[in-house]
Amino acid sequence: MKVSIVGAGPAGLYLGILLKKADPAHEVEIVERNAPDATFGWGVVFSGETLGALRDADLPTYIEITDTFARWDTVDIRYRGRLLRSRGHAFSGIARRQLLAILQRRCQELGVKLEFGVEIDDPESVSGDLVVAADGANSLFRRHYADRFGSTVEPQGCKYVWFGTELVLDAFRFIFTETEHGLFQVHSYPFDESTSTFIVECAEPVWRRAGLDQMSEKESLEFCQHLFAEDLGVHRLLSNKSIWLDFLRVSNRTWHHGNVVLLGDAAHTAHFSIGSGTKLAMEDAIVLANACVRHTDVRKALVDYELERQPAVERVQRAADESAGHFARVVHSTHMAPQQFAANLLTRSGRISHAGLAVRDPEFTRALDAWFARDSGASPTAQFAPPPLFAPLRLGSTTIGNRVVVAGRGTDLAAAARTGSGLVTTGMVAVSPDGRIWPDSPVLTDESSIAEWRSAVAGAHEAGALAMIRLGHAGRRGATEPRHRGVDVPLRAGGWPLISASAIPYGPYAPAPTAMDGDDFSRVLDAFASAAGRAAEAGFDALELDAAHGYLLASFVSALANRRDDEYGGSLANRLRFPLEVLAAVRDRWPDDKLLAVRLSVADWARGGVDADDGIEVARAMAAGRAQLIHVEAGQTVAGGMPEYRRGYLTTLSDRVRNEARVPTLVGGYLTTLDEVNTSVVTGRADLCLLDLSPTDSVEEVAV
Amino acid sequence: MRVGIGLPNAIPGVDRDLLLEWARRADAGPFSSVALLDRLVYDAVEPFSALSAAAAVTERVRLATMIAIGPLRNTALLAKQVASVGTLAGGAHRITLGLAVGARHDDYEAAGVEHAGRGARLSEQLAYLRGGRGKQVHAECDGVELLVGGASGPAFARMARYADGYAHGGGPPRAFAAAAVRARAAWNDLGRDGDPTLWGQAYFTLGDADRGAAYLRDYYAFTGGFAERIAAGNLTSARAVKDLIRGYEAEGCDELVLLPTVADVDDIDRLAEVIA
Repeated sequence: MKVSIVGAGPAGLYLGILLKKADPAHEVEIVERNAPDATFGWGVVFSGETLGALRDADLPTYIEITDTFARWDTVDIRYRGRLLRSRGHAFSGIARRQLLAILQRRCQELGVKLEFGVEIDDPESVSGDLVVAADGANSLFRRHYADRFGSTVEPQGCKYVWFGTELVLDAFRFIFTETEHGLFQVHSYPFDESTSTFIVECAEPVWRRAGLDQMSEKESLEFCQHLFAEDLGVHRLLSNKSIWLDFLRVSNRTWHHGNVVLLGDAAHTAHFSIGSGTKLAMEDAIVLANACVRHTDVRKALVDYELERQPAVERVQRAADESAGHFARVVHSTHMAPQQFAANLLTRSGRISHAGLAVRDPEFTRALDAWFARDSGASPTAQFAPPPLFAPLRLGSTTIGNRVVVAGRGTDLAAAARTGSGLVTTGMVAVSPDGRIWPDSPVLTDESSIAEWRSAVAGAHEAGALAMIRLGHAGRRGATEPRHRGVDVPLRAGGWPLISASAIPYGPYAPAPTAMDGDDFSRVLDAFASAAGRAAEAGFDALELDAAHGYLLASFVSALANRRDDEYGGSLANRLRFPLEVLAAVRDRWPDDKLLAVRLSVADWARGGVDADDGIEVARAMAAGRAQLIHVEAGQTVAGGMPEYRRGYLTTLSDRVRNEARVPTLVGGYLTTLDEVNTSVVTGRADLCLLDLSPTDSVEEVAV
Repeated sequence: MRVGIGLPNAIPGVDRDLLLEWARRADAGPFSSVALLDRLVYDAVEPFSALSAAAAVTERVRLATMIAIGPLRNTALLAKQVASVGTLAGGAHRITLGLAVGARHDDYEAAGVEHAGRGARLSEQLAYLRGGRGKQVHAECDGVELLVGGASGPAFARMARYADGYAHGGGPPRAFAAAAVRARAAWNDLGRDGDPTLWGQAYFTLGDADRGAAYLRDYYAFTGGFAERIAAGNLTSARAVKDLIRGYEAEGCDELVLLPTVADVDDIDRLAEVIA
């Protein structure tokens, strides 16, 4: 087989080695536009798992690479005058130049033909049974066949610049430094006995305010040298064409076209903050080489390569996206205590949870959990503590026993309470008959409905939980069939007139609601306030006002449902007017010592609707209106929204609301494990989690 | 987990004898359902016609579309067709109607239906089939199990809003598992009780593997490079079938449909032997 590889980075070189090793009869040629010793970037990082794969793939290079490795297992976080250390994160680093030299030598030894300083202008001029585009993130081949590959290239995260320094670290070190312009952060790690990589990063507006957009390479180096003088000491920052860049996120729908295949950065990039670019590139090479061994038909090999690598790479890219997002928003976490800030950082990509952290570094996690217990007021001197979900939460005069919330069914709150949750919630309870979702929706519309709820609350209390009622009005989502027949299926027969902010039906076949008028406003306001009074009488400890999911109050918040031209429509402030009036009326009627929450769709997930930035504003307004807790929801504002479901799909939104609007949050979003709860609460992404307990078959009764 | 078998309605050249024999053997075999595909611009038997034929010669198996392209069809007529298949089958309880928007533009062009807005139209059809506001001519689709397929967020929301479960489009167990999480999350988000019913599907032949692969390459030619990937996933050995069944079962699949890629009735018996 004749193989032409374009690009002599780690991916291209390593593939050359593996193919030639597999069959010396293969004719393997690698062409590279740069000189053999040209270097871009300083050191590269590997995590523990990659190394086994390298050992199995080619022992001689494995030995040489690992002999020159700088290794460490600690992550240092410099933040607010503290240095936090977390151990158990096995990493190793190597100078990129060194890595390339090792791989080049091995290529030569095996008879792989290397040609440097050759620029390819026309991808179609490259021939071979297999043509490998390993020409990097800016791949000419990928751009040439962009339509065939279905390429997407977009900037991601902050502005960054890649320096070296002779400061030799013994850990991966993150440094966070506040300046008059904003927050700067550093990602640095050693890669040989005399040098470390030192990446400086900041948000684009910060970069502009600091004047970095106007500075020369030398000026920006001096700026950073000065900024991190305390950390660098006598050591200089080193430039290697070190200019400020945008990270480009590359993805491709398919990685091959005919006999041309993308490898490494040409196929995919993952944000540098999880340090996996080189790892992914070399793994690509291993999988492609193995596929070529299995199949004599190149196209079959390429299909296999793609089938195996794409899902693995997508998972890493998702983690990298989370990590990039974390650093873009980290300025909002700087109010956190150092322990929490560090935990938040270590769990940023979603790949390490609280449990994972405990395995890696039991001491760090013990100290973290103890801090959390002290911070929650549970045990002021604790040096060890139960997992974070067991910490109580104080909100005003209310103390919730733990961080788990479980939803009751109908008026049965006791079963939910018996799970051990600190708080149980009802589904939506209608404040007036026309506010019901379906004919048998629970209501709290008159004195007679109090008794039933009183015994429900007593059941919850008996089982040791507090009880929260969700008061709402279905608005234009009312008069539907019961949910076992589907959601938003309009009643076949019967029904009642619906009201909403504007006269727009919710979904298919739904009757048009009437836009609320003056009388409706006072009637609805009164219904909410009266229901709040009844909820207090029934003994509820907490009340959440339902302004989410397209129900009546939510229909005011979103411009997609609110087309009014009076003082209740138009600007966000106007659209919030009625929900805030209801909140005020409820707050007046609801006892001061009891918890008041608001359930909000903080993003509509629909074009032209409320986005997360608006949602944070709304949460702020609710908090200013004396809501003590925001129950973070999203979507369902309109029937045709664009949700993105996955495990914990609301957690990032909760993080943003909690840390940008600075209001405690409750979040669900399909959380099914205690580890997810522990992680969310201890890292400050939420204060309470709605847990979906799934049935378990781990213990079965057996007949004796 | 139940295992169903596909009818070869979308394999070119299939005839009456083969289709009926296939259905009879499936009904006599260890299969819980017969299911089929929908493709307009292809040499395929229209799904509700094929299901009607199957209904006439089977007593036991569930009759399913995995999936039918809803928006290509007039909604009232679709409901009537589904209800009619139910009547021919001896009751709506034997029918599983999987609906999705499909993946091919040319089907829409040929049917003279706008491709844009297909998602909203499918939602409308589902609301209709659910009897929304008594629009249905008769409540004739009550009792039919409704599934929705598709991989987008809106598809999962649509599934959770209107259907009884999710129809997955195929792939390794890991892909099914990821979709199952999204289906359950959507179900939960829409406030439905319990869990959605989860249907999976995979292609197989235990006969001529090359013919099977050639068929899949042809059937999926419109996807470009993906056709090769789908062909590479064809289950062509007893071992591969068993592994996939085990994988799907572990991920909580309720019903797995194994779709033929070679129109050879012996494949039914071979498969029956493997899963027995």
